[in-house]
Amino acid sequence: MVITDAIGPSWDLVADYQILTYYHFMQNAYLAGTVVAIIAGIVGYFMVLRGQSFAGHSLANVGFAGATGATLVGASPIIGLFLAGILAALGIQALGLGTRQTRQNDIAVGAIFTASLAFGYLFLHLAKSAYGSGIYAVLFGNPLGIGDADVRLILWAGFAVVLLAIVSARPLLFASLDPDVAAARGVPVRALGLGYLVVLALVVALAVQVIGVLLIFALLVTPAAIANALTTRPLVAIALAVGLGILFTWLGLAVGFFWPYPVGFFITTFAFAAYVVVRGGRWLWPRWQRFLAAPPAEGAR
Amino acid sequence: MHYLIGGLPPFTLNLWQDVQHMLAYDFMRRAMLTGTLVSVIAGMVGTFVVLRHQSFAGESLSDVAFTGALGGAALGFNPLLTLLGTTIVVALAMGGLGERLRGRDVAIGTVLAWVLGLGDLFLFLFTQHGSGRGTGFSGVAVLFGNVLGVSNAQMVSIALVSGLALLVLLVIARPLLFASLDPDVAAARGVPVRRLGLLFMALVAVTVSVATLAVGALLIFALLLLPAAIAQALTARPFRALALAVGIALVVTWGGITIGFYSGYPISVCISLLAFVTYLGALIWRWQGISLLSNMSKYTR
Repeated sequence: MVITDAIGPSWDLVADYQILTYYHFMQNAYLAGTVVAIIAGIVGYFMVLRGQSFAGHSLANVGFAGATGATLVGASPIIGLFLAGILAALGIQALGLGTRQTRQNDIAVGAIFTASLAFGYLFLHLAKSAYGSGIYAVLFGNPLGIGDADVRLILWAGFAVVLLAIVSARPLLFASLDPDVAAARGVPVRALGLGYLVVLALVVALAVQVIGVLLIFALLVTPAAIANALTTRPLVAIALAVGLGILFTWLGLAVGFFWPYPVGFFITTFAFAAYVVVRGGRWLWPRWQRFLAAPPAEGAR
Repeated sequence: MHYLIGGLPPFTLNLWQDVQHMLAYDFMRRAMLTGTLVSVIAGMVGTFVVLRHQSFAGESLSDVAFTGALGGAALGFNPLLTLLGTTIVVALAMGGLGERLRGRDVAIGTVLAWVLGLGDLFLFLFTQHGSGRGTGFSGVAVLFGNVLGVSNAQMVSIALVSGLALLVLLVIARPLLFASLDPDVAAARGVPVRRLGLLFMALVAVTVSVATLAVGALLIFALLLLPAAIAQALTARPFRALALAVGIALVVTWGGITIGFYSGYPISVCISLLAFVTYLGALIWRWQGISLLSNMSKYTR
C-alpha cells in the first residue's frame, strides 16, 4: 500500500505479475491468502450446508475478544483467537446451539456474541498501547503485513485442516445432510459436529490476519453460496468454492497492491459481484429460454 | 471518556447525591436523555424482533449501520441521515427478498459480508482524508458507540426520529402482533401481512440507526434483543412483555451509563455487559423456577 506511487499496473500482464511477486511481503500475502481461501472454501461449504452461518459469525466475533485479550497479556493474537474459538465452539455445542436455528438459540448465540464483543472492546480499552492500529487489523485484517512465522503457522495448520477434511468429508457430509439416518447408521454425529466447529474456529483464527474477523464471512459464505447456486453435487461444489475463494483473494490482493485501498474491500467486492452475477443469471436464464421458445405474439403477424 | 475522569466526583454511598453529581454535567444529562429515548424504542421494537425470529436480520442491519454512518462521515454528509437512508433501504430489500429467497441466512450473510467490506473502505477513506480527528477515533465511536459525545442537535434529531417510529409502532402494534404470531391466519383475516412486515423492517432500521449512536453498531444486540429476550423469558403475555422489555432496557441503560461514569470504562461495554448479566440471571431464574415447580408438583402428588 505504501509504494504505490512508484509503480502502477500496465497492460503487460507478465510485467505486472513480476512486480506483484517481487516483494517478499507480497509473496507472504499470496501464500497465506491462498491457504486461507482453500480452507475457508472447504469449511464454508459445510457451514452453509449445515445452516450454521449464524454460529460461524459468532465464532468470528468471539475471536475478536480472544485476539484483543491475547494482546492485553502479551501473547500472539492467533493463539488467543484459537483458544477463544475453541471455548465458543464447546459452548455452542454444549448448549445445543449449533444444531437447529430456533428462536431461543439465535438469542443465546447473539447474547454470547455481544458479551464477547463488549469484552473485546474492554480489553482494547485496558491495553491502550495497542489501541488504534490493533483494532482495525483484527477487525478487517492486514494481509500485506504478514510475517514469516505467521505464514509458516498458516501453512502447517492449513495442511492439517485439508488432511482432516479429506479424511472426514464423507461422514461429515452424511451427518450434515441427514443427521438422524447418519446417527442410526453409526456415524458419530455429535462428535463430528463438535470437531467441525473446532476446525471452523481454527480457520477463523488463521484467516484473521488475511481478512479480519468482520470480513471472514466473505470467504466462508459467499464462495459456497455461489457454488451451491451452480451445482448440486457436493464434491464439485467444494472444488468450485475453493477455486472461487482463491480467485477472489488473488484478484483482491493484486488490485489492493496497485491501488491504495484496503484489500479486504476488494476481496469482498469481487465475491459479492460474482454472487450477484450468478444469482441474476439464474433468475434470467429460464426467462430468456422461455422468451426464445415462445411463439410470436398475436400483433406480430 | 476516560480522560475526563480525573476531574469527576468519586462514587459515594449516598446514591441520591451521586445521581445529582452526575446530572450536574451537561453531557451526562444529554447521555441519559439519549439513552432513555433509545431504550424505549429499542425495547419495543426488540420485542417484535424476537417474536418474529428476526434477530439475524437485526444484527445484519447493525453492520449496515456501521457502513452507512462511516460512509456519510467519509463522503462529508450528515452521518445520521446516511445511517437512516442505508439501513432503511437495506432493511426493505431484505424484507422484500427475504420471503422469496429460500436460503435466507446465506443471502443475508453474503450481502452483509460485502457491506462490511464497504465499511472497511469508508473507514480507510475517513482515516486518510477525514477532517480534524483523522486518527480513526470516530470509526471506533461508530463501532462501539459514544453516548457521551452526543450533541444537542443530534439529540433533537434522535428524539424526532424515535418519536415518529414509536408512533408508527403504536398504531400497528395489534395487527403486527397478530401477523407475527400467526401469519397465515392473519392473512386469511385480511391483515396485510407482507406490507406490515416491510413497515416493521423499516422500523427496525430506524431503531438500529439511533441505537448506533448510543451503544455502537457492534453492540446493538444488547439493547435491541437482550431486554426483549429477558422479558419473554419472564412472561408469556405479549403486552406485558413489551412493557417489561422497555423497563429492562431503561434500567440497563441508566445503570450502564452510571457505572461507566464512575468507573471510567466505556459506557457501551457497561451497558452490554449489564444486559448480558441480566439475561443470564433471567435464564437461571427461569430454570430454577421450572425445577422448583416440578419439585412442588412431585411433592403435592
